[in-house]
Amino acid sequence: MSIDPDPAPTGPLVDEEAIAEPARWYQGRNLTILITLIAIVVVSVARIIADADRLTSSSTVGTGLRLAIPIALAGIGGLYAERSGTVNIGLEGMMTLGTVMAGWAGWHWGPWAAMIAGIIGGVAGGLLMSLATTTFGVNHIIAGFAINIIGPGVARFLANVWFTTPEAAAAGGSITSSPRVDGNLQLFSLPVFSDQQDLLGDLEKKGWFLLSDLAGVLRGLTADIRTDTLIAVILIVATGYIVWRTPFGLRLRSAGEKPGAAESLGVSVAMMRHVGLAISGGFAGLGGAVLVFAGANQYQQGQVAGRGFLGLASLVFGNWMPAGVAAGAAVFGYAQGVAISLDSGISVRGLILAAAIGLTLLAIRAAARRRWNEMSLEVAVAVLAFIAYAAVDEVNRQFVFVTPYVVTLIVVTVFAQRLRPPAAEGIPYFKGQSL
Amino acid sequence: MAEATANERVVDRLVKRLGPNVVAPLLAGIVAILASSVSLLAGGHNPIRAFAEIGNVLWSVESLVLILNRGAWYYVAGVAVAIGFKMGLFNIGADGQYRLGALFAAYLGAKADLPPVLHVPYVIVVAVLVGGMWAAIPGLLKVTRGVNEVISTIMLNFVATGLTAWLLGNYFRFDDGSLISATKRIPVSARLPNLDRIFETFGADLPRTVDLQGYIFVAVLVGIGYYILLFRSRFGFELRVSGLNPAAAKSSGVNPKRMVLTTIILSGAVAGLIGIGPLLSDPQHFRYSDQFPLTLGFTGLSLALLGRNHPVGIAFAAIVWHAIERGTQPLTQKGFPQEIGQILQGAFLLTAVIVFEVMQRRAQREAIREAATKAAIRTEEPEEVTA
Repeated sequence: MSIDPDPAPTGPLVDEEAIAEPARWYQGRNLTILITLIAIVVVSVARIIADADRLTSSSTVGTGLRLAIPIALAGIGGLYAERSGTVNIGLEGMMTLGTVMAGWAGWHWGPWAAMIAGIIGGVAGGLLMSLATTTFGVNHIIAGFAINIIGPGVARFLANVWFTTPEAAAAGGSITSSPRVDGNLQLFSLPVFSDQQDLLGDLEKKGWFLLSDLAGVLRGLTADIRTDTLIAVILIVATGYIVWRTPFGLRLRSAGEKPGAAESLGVSVAMMRHVGLAISGGFAGLGGAVLVFAGANQYQQGQVAGRGFLGLASLVFGNWMPAGVAAGAAVFGYAQGVAISLDSGISVRGLILAAAIGLTLLAIRAAARRRWNEMSLEVAVAVLAFIAYAAVDEVNRQFVFVTPYVVTLIVVTVFAQRLRPPAAEGIPYFKGQSL
Repeated sequence: MAEATANERVVDRLVKRLGPNVVAPLLAGIVAILASSVSLLAGGHNPIRAFAEIGNVLWSVESLVLILNRGAWYYVAGVAVAIGFKMGLFNIGADGQYRLGALFAAYLGAKADLPPVLHVPYVIVVAVLVGGMWAAIPGLLKVTRGVNEVISTIMLNFVATGLTAWLLGNYFRFDDGSLISATKRIPVSARLPNLDRIFETFGADLPRTVDLQGYIFVAVLVGIGYYILLFRSRFGFELRVSGLNPAAAKSSGVNPKRMVLTTIILSGAVAGLIGIGPLLSDPQHFRYSDQFPLTLGFTGLSLALLGRNHPVGIAFAAIVWHAIERGTQPLTQKGFPQEIGQILQGAFLLTAVIVFEVMQRRAQREAIREAATKAAIRTEEPEEVTA
């Protein structure tokens, strides 16, 4: 979002255009599209070589999208908190609160109530954390950690109280799971292309290089899209606008960058941080509610399974920017989608090849820009990936499970100098402090 | 009059010194009990009867032994994390460190054929080395690339989970025909003897169902070692200074990078010891399996916070923590939700952390004010003389 160049200030004292970098066609949105296209080309090359047809099938991409949404929601939740200056490692606990609330409300009043209740559950978690961090100045990591203990505890307690009553048990509830939520969220498909005529589907079945891959990816992204996915995508796009283009967003970010300066200009840093964490919890809770509809339409104990931390990983991966978070969540969700697809062993092997090719490209780019440290690391990982690809016929699923975490570790290691978290993140602030 | 003020001063000082350490847990306990009572009431249960039930369960020799056994694991976990905390490092990765350490120790320990005097140390050394090496990764990332250890250790925990599952499933598994994925059991020569005799010398009969685990001895040694290292050694002094004021430590000659690396490796090495408890001392385990206790590292984080990183404080915290778990465990059979235990723990932790923070801030403010008034008096005095 902030890649867009700012409008030139008025009254230039020096020749601005001579200093400013020449505008290139591959900037901002174009760059995103370019990267996405290159990624698809790389994956389709890998698909052909490794003979892993599921890699770009619409079902794999569709599954990946569904898996990416909760991660993205958690990541965006983290963005609101961290942009306002609070490190939020409590996302996991807030998501868990969202799942139990969604399971309960959904059972009584249907899917839409589940979404709203999920948000309420998450907001409650966020406000509780904010009470500790903002009001009392408790270390953010400690408070977030406490939320991760309290969230699942409260969720299990509520599940015991709500889902073990005779009424709930008759509907299929138990300590570990809520009764099923009746009624489904609506599904959408893009008319003509992915609907009855299914032009993309036809193209996908042809098996042509690149064209069929593109068709598979597009069909995965446009066929049978659930309402909650649509809402999540809208919210993620809206976040870019709200945080970077509105007065509220400016105040929120100022509380996370330089709270002392923000306060001297009349911004209530405490209020911004409360609101930031409340929104953060709301997003995480919504992510939890989406999870409820991911499988059997019910709350299940342990359903969140580290997705809050994955959201945190996508936030770091995405350099605290909405588009970056979305990209991170997409990569992680896609990897998981591949891992649970049919013939996952073969598909994962193809994915490793794709990663190796991609890393090689990145290394070439780094070499061209004379970033030798970065290049050597990328070459090293690429070589490892090529060896892994050549050495085994089928890859263990565990490998995919750890992929997002390894990727994030590599990103924070290689790009450590270029990542830019909010400046005052993690530092408790009290009125009148000069920070 | 003078005596009274002197007495008051002593009391005042005592309150100041012990205040946060005693008042905070008490207050936190009250809030936790209130929070869980409200939860119970909201769920339609009688809190007084529930707590009476908890008391009932805890009031037995069996419970005492179980709490000591599990408390010992928790204690070592708390100390492992506290070492990092003492210099401002968040070793959230203790969890992965102990699980990897335990897996390797279990596999290599079961393979080795050694006399007891060597076998036990061998297993322990493996666990400690693996734990320390896994902790060295975030340490190196931090000192060479400036990667925040919170992020890297969170990620490495998940990597450790995948790695242990993969190693156990494909390489370390001992096929005895059962469906459980597990290593071979540790041979008798590597097991720690139980301490039942201590109870018998006190004339108390230990119920047949429980043993006092020998690992308690290890936990005590860890505690003493931690105390000596922290408060009686030069390294410990430098570590504490680095935690309190990194700039001051640096200007007095402490190498901050080396300090970070040493501390996190030490923390990981102690974390490696956590798994020794179930591995060498618990008849239910004696091996690494799918059922090996998980998340002890996270428990350690809670306990280091509750115990304020002090060797004695962590011990109290460990006992209370497992007493809550032990006491609430059979509640479901009596018609109460046993999850009340997690609410108790969570509320206890959060309140204690908040109260510690508030008290610390107040103490700081008071110290500043005191210093300011002293300075003011000193500057005022000569003026009065001249006037």
